[in-house]
Amino acid sequence: MEELIEKLKVQIIEQLNLEDMEPDDINPEEPLFGEGLGLDSIDALELIVLLEKEYGIKIQNPKDGQKIFFSLKTMAEFIQENQK
Amino acid sequence: MVDLKISRYCHIMDNKVFVDGSLRFEDRDAIGLKQFTKSIYRFLAPSYNKFFKMDEISRLGFLAAEVLLKDVDLTDYSSDEISVILSNSESTLLTDQNHQDSINDFDNFFPSPSVFVYTLPNIMIGEISIRHKFQGENTFFIVENFSADLIANHINNLFLTNKSKVFVGGLVNQSNDNYEAFVYLASDKGHLQHNALKIKSLYNNKIEY
Repeated sequence: MEELIEKLKVQIIEQLNLEDMEPDDINPEEPLFGEGLGLDSIDALELIVLLEKEYGIKIQNPKDGQKIFFSLKTMAEFIQENQK
Repeated sequence: MVDLKISRYCHIMDNKVFVDGSLRFEDRDAIGLKQFTKSIYRFLAPSYNKFFKMDEISRLGFLAAEVLLKDVDLTDYSSDEISVILSNSESTLLTDQNHQDSINDFDNFFPSPSVFVYTLPNIMIGEISIRHKFQGENTFFIVENFSADLIANHINNLFLTNKSKVFVGGLVNQSNDNYEAFVYLASDKGHLQHNALKIKSLYNNKIEY
């Protein structure tokens, strides 16, 4: 899990162009949206694409997005549970 | 005669930034627009993280507006009295191509939402307007060659019909091998007459840079 979280940090920084940010700046427990990383709705779509492109996982129910993308940790847990 | 004046203009081209014809910043080592805009961003340090999410041409327009509006006090005007009227010849062609590249291969079909949202040049105007809280008119003309007449007429019409009182006008363009931004600020407080002849002459100052 630890390794996956570290990999996700790098992928998120690259995919979302968070150029002023280092992997260590991201707290895996912190919310990705709102007061945490401050991501927006376009970033949410990018995260959906990232899951599909890098991990082959499609989110079947868009309503689950809020739970899956709550934090880096919840995202990593979802990947671990759903990766084929 | 329209009582609209130009108070300041800015040119960004060839790894240089000029304000009112004077060199303000240069980075000879920057390769390409992406590197150069990062370099200008570090120089201006606006602390605006959304900058890094923009496509290259929006970054160029955003920075041209930053330079143009630096230390300019527009508090005498309400946000809906400030307009942005720009033009170029290439629209957002390079970003359009980036997007197209991501959807060419059916087996590797991953369009990026953050690339797609920038496939319209008026998004650049949106970025400038959000940053400076402008809520007036906005128009982006696509014309083969920069037309001072078109920009001057459109802005003068908006001014004469009381649609707006302050304007950021000009050109922001990017092609495969070149880029250029020329923007000016017009209001009732400038010192240069706002007309096509003057705009053309300020634009053509670049020949002497």
